Amino acid sequence: MNLAGDIFLLIGGVFIALGSLGLIRMPDVYNRLQAGTKSATLGTIAILVGIGFHHPDWWAKLLVIAGFVLFTNPVGSSTIARAALKAGIEPLRGSNSKVES
Amino acid sequence: MTLSVLQWGVVGLLAIAILLSTVRLLLGPTTPDRVVAADTLAVITTAGLVILASVFENPIYLDVALVYGALAFVGTVAVARAIEGNRE
Repeated sequence: MNLAGDIFLLIGGVFIALGSLGLIRMPDVYNRLQAGTKSATLGTIAILVGIGFHHPDWWAKLLVIAGFVLFTNPVGSSTIARAALKAGIEPLRGSNSKVES
Repeated sequence: MTLSVLQWGVVGLLAIAILLSTVRLLLGPTTPDRVVAADTLAVITTAGLVILASVFENPIYLDVALVYGALAFVGTVAVARAIEGNRE
């Protein structure tokens, strides 16, 4: 039980750290949005599951927080992406984007 | 509970993530970059508050994490709408 919780905590920490690394390394606002939001969501859910293994009697509040994170993170990121597009920031056109044009 | 070595490693990973996001928050060439970094920082802070609740053995920090997440969401959406309206 304890070991499973620790493994989930480690998965969450690794995903959050890698998402922040992507926030540094990615070349564009939209790429950074992908890297930062998606992996941070997965990492937060994994950390919530790990804490749930450590403290099984907190499951209700942890479930509420997990549902809230799963609901608000995509909404927030899509709002930021729409705002960036409307503010006139062009998406990066690389060598792989010839198919759509 | 006292933290084991592996749990200290998780806290260290969260610290690295906060550092990298703060670098993007300070450097970000455009305003949406900074908003993205602030949003990521809010999510990391929510996870850190849940870990803090486990460290202090006190479930009141879970409520703090929930309220922090709600307020950060409202702030992110408000700033995004403000950027959006800049153009027209």
